[in-house]
Amino acid sequence: MTAAPTTLNRPARKNPTKNLLKTRELGIVLALALLIAYTAIDNSRFLSGQSIRDNLLNTAILAVMATGQAIVVITRNIDLSVGSVLGISAFTVATMMSSNPGLPMIVAILVGLAVGAVAGLVNGVLVRFGKVPALVVTLGTLYIYRGITYSWAGGSQVNADELPRHFLTFANDSLLGIPWLVLIALVVVGAGSLMMRNYKVGRELYAMGSSPAAAELAGIKVARNLLTAFVLSGALAGLAGVLYAARFGTVDAAAGSGYELNVVAAVVVGGVAVFGGSGTVWGAALGALLLTVIGSALAVLDINQFWQQAIVGALIILAICADRLVAVRIARSLRKRDAHV
Amino acid sequence: MAEANARPENQPAQPESPPARPETGPASSADANRTPTDRPARPKNQPARPETDPASSADAHRTPTDRPAQPENQPARPETDPASSADANRTPTDRPAQPTDSPAQATGRHQPTDSPAQTTSQHQQPTDGPAQTMGRPQQPTEHAPNQLTQAEHNERAAGSKRATGQDAQTARLEVVEVSKSFGAVAAVQGVSFALYPGEAHALVGENGAGKSTIVKMLAGVHRPDTGTLRVDGSDVDFAGPGDAKAAGIAVIYQEPTLFPDLSVAENIAMGNQPLTRTRQIDRKQMHATAERLFRRLGVPLDPTRPARGLSIADQQLVEIAKALSSEARVLIMDEPTAALSAVEVERLFAVVRSLRDEGAAIMFISHRFEEITALCERVTIMRDGRHVATELVADLSVDDMIRRMVGRDLSALFPKQQVTPGETVLEVEGLSREGIFRDISFSVRAGEIVALAGLVGAGRSEVMQAVFGVDPYDRGTVKVHGRRLRKGDPRSAMAAGMALVPEDRRQQGLVMDLSIERNVTLPRARKLARLGLLFGGTERAAAETWTRKLQTKLGRLSDAVGTLSGGNQQKVVLAKWLATGPKLLIVDEPTRGIDVGTKAEVHRLMSSLAADGLAVVMVSSELPEVLGMADRIIVLREGRVTAELTRAEATEESVMYAAMGQEVAA
Repeated sequence: MTAAPTTLNRPARKNPTKNLLKTRELGIVLALALLIAYTAIDNSRFLSGQSIRDNLLNTAILAVMATGQAIVVITRNIDLSVGSVLGISAFTVATMMSSNPGLPMIVAILVGLAVGAVAGLVNGVLVRFGKVPALVVTLGTLYIYRGITYSWAGGSQVNADELPRHFLTFANDSLLGIPWLVLIALVVVGAGSLMMRNYKVGRELYAMGSSPAAAELAGIKVARNLLTAFVLSGALAGLAGVLYAARFGTVDAAAGSGYELNVVAAVVVGGVAVFGGSGTVWGAALGALLLTVIGSALAVLDINQFWQQAIVGALIILAICADRLVAVRIARSLRKRDAHV
Repeated sequence: MAEANARPENQPAQPESPPARPETGPASSADANRTPTDRPARPKNQPARPETDPASSADAHRTPTDRPAQPENQPARPETDPASSADANRTPTDRPAQPTDSPAQATGRHQPTDSPAQTTSQHQQPTDGPAQTMGRPQQPTEHAPNQLTQAEHNERAAGSKRATGQDAQTARLEVVEVSKSFGAVAAVQGVSFALYPGEAHALVGENGAGKSTIVKMLAGVHRPDTGTLRVDGSDVDFAGPGDAKAAGIAVIYQEPTLFPDLSVAENIAMGNQPLTRTRQIDRKQMHATAERLFRRLGVPLDPTRPARGLSIADQQLVEIAKALSSEARVLIMDEPTAALSAVEVERLFAVVRSLRDEGAAIMFISHRFEEITALCERVTIMRDGRHVATELVADLSVDDMIRRMVGRDLSALFPKQQVTPGETVLEVEGLSREGIFRDISFSVRAGEIVALAGLVGAGRSEVMQAVFGVDPYDRGTVKVHGRRLRKGDPRSAMAAGMALVPEDRRQQGLVMDLSIERNVTLPRARKLARLGLLFGGTERAAAETWTRKLQTKLGRLSDAVGTLSGGNQQKVVLAKWLATGPKLLIVDEPTRGIDVGTKAEVHRLMSSLAADGLAVVMVSSELPEVLGMADRIIVLREGRVTAELTRAEATEESVMYAAMGQEVAA
């Protein structure tokens, strides 16, 4: 009963959404801080400039892909093909650069983005117009894109010595002390966060993930937005391919195999709900950073590398449990507040 | 609150005390002005009808709470009221679109059920208003049913329009000979009607009559197979909901369509968010807009909270705010009031009336006739996908409407059988839950129907959920057949013979994607299983027995429950629990969102179940249902029992008084 006189006096409510988001990303930041502190106490070299730089460089590629993946997952879809897209883009760009050493870096980046965008478009079209669940479509294209790369490469690989110098040094060059790779990742994460938070298309993507049926009824251009999400994810995986080629120099047809799982793990650990509708891009990027730091911390702490996978798995489960717990608690508090008694 | 409270006590005083309804202001008075000419037939009709007539008495029952002033208003208004005559002048041109040769019209014309009551009502029609003389020329012919007159009048109106060459007003929205089929099922066939600016138009019909299909076509979700839609006189073809929205059509659906993860303000703004100069979303303005809309609606919602966890009523209010924010010129509401309390309904109507008076066209779908008569000027009746009639609401009694919707007479809406109660089945003593309800005690005997009445949010459903063990409670005992139940353990409640039919059948009662048979057998799948395995045959047999007993209309038992209409879904929920052979049946809002025909069936069913010795506890917000069905009524207010009334003691007033408590006196 919302009796006018009594209810109008109800105090203005605080913002639970903000609190929720805060707790979500705060958890990752805390975990990260703890991990770094513990590792640094054990071995102070962990905080050396080189170590930080390595961590950031390793995070950069994952964070770029996690940005795209987060956007797709927020719409209640998933893109499992990103590892293969990275592979095909890396191989395309590496082959191109080795045969045309004069091409500037920007061309390499644009080609990588374009290759990825096309791959993403195919995914999006199949999901939207083929009415096939994204999990199935992208699992299929994961193999298809990888297969194309294999048959094209035919067992060959592009070695670092075949690539032009400016391409290889790009990974290590810095602007104001920050490596280009990290800068690009920062820009991508920042732009992605801004788009999802403050722009119409971003909010519509959240809406689509939150309630697909309601999104259709609200007149949201669901098809266009879905394609956008998949194209973005593909293009960012393509960009990651270029960064991969520049960083590692040696590119074969297997480049990026299994990356998709790291990316999905980063996104989930970063607090993006698997069923869409909530989570943030920068949370996913934090998740990528956390996973990378765990990897290097285990090495520093001299723990068997094989444990890393188990730890990542445990983290994923922990993240999802924490998510559920927070959601249940919030739902309860909201309901209580709503009981007009 | 104040206005609602004032009503039951000082009804006669209403017209003279306009300050009592401040928010409705000009809108309501404009409406009231229209009342005299629009609704002459009703009060005078009343005596002609037997007093036991269920429908009309139901309506009469509800009157004090929902629609107080109307009948009493009439004598107080001058008949020369300019507003009313203006309205009356509009009437003839209001109905030109009705095709005189459509098949629906023809069937309507030869309706066998039209006869006695229809003719009496027509004969009694006074010719005091201009609308009457123009809208319905006196018909001396004894057996001429309404529609014939109507048809003639239409021709006349059309003719005069051609002659003068002027159209008083273009229809804001016109539906012309529209048909839509889904596979072999013709959902809508050749339906035509028009909505005019400044008009509230009701669309009624049983569930499955095609109302929702019409709504979805107007919303751009479905495309008509044949026929055209016109907005402001020009043909439109909606490729999607976005197009309909752009054309100024806002739709409030039966089921709220919110985004649970987004804030309430974002939900409202979705699609036309305010943007800053850099094309970013202007959150400040978005929140301000939401706040302004909520103030206008009089709801204290925080715009920044997420939509998740809102009560159905609040969700509905957010939907309404959404429609308001888009400055809609056509507002289509598909049962917006199903989950609202009387006060919320009144507030909604005040807003809708003000929208209407600003020139919006309103289409209102509801199963509650008192709301239709309170809000709408005209009504379009549909049956089996066809257009039956479009009439002035004032020209139709509730009986007439029901008869045309159903195509037959409803013998009894509340067929309560007298049963001598048996032994006590359920005993609840001192049940309390911090902040929700306190000290609830009552008992239910075999063969009894006990109703829990009260306003929405009084804690009725919460009490019953605690009794069933779904919700916890802090103190008190629940006994079934003298044996105490463990708290918070629905399994033991079920074992003791309790069954709970929840309020929200979509969320709590059914698994929408599962087949009908699966849903029916779900609670006792264990019992049906052989060696731990379920076989289709046993399931099917069990499901068939119960769906047949409840006369559920369905295609195949293997169809998903989600494909059934609301009333039939409710029957499946009932079947599901009755199949467990309960001793005590708890039904929460058993007839919400169900059409009259099915409603009567559900009531008859409940009554016969009680006659067979089942103890029934019914939670209901519909007073006529409570008064008509219950042997005893327990009234809750803010989580406490404020009255326990026997069938003889209970009246509309006594229940409402107890439900609103001292606020009435204040």
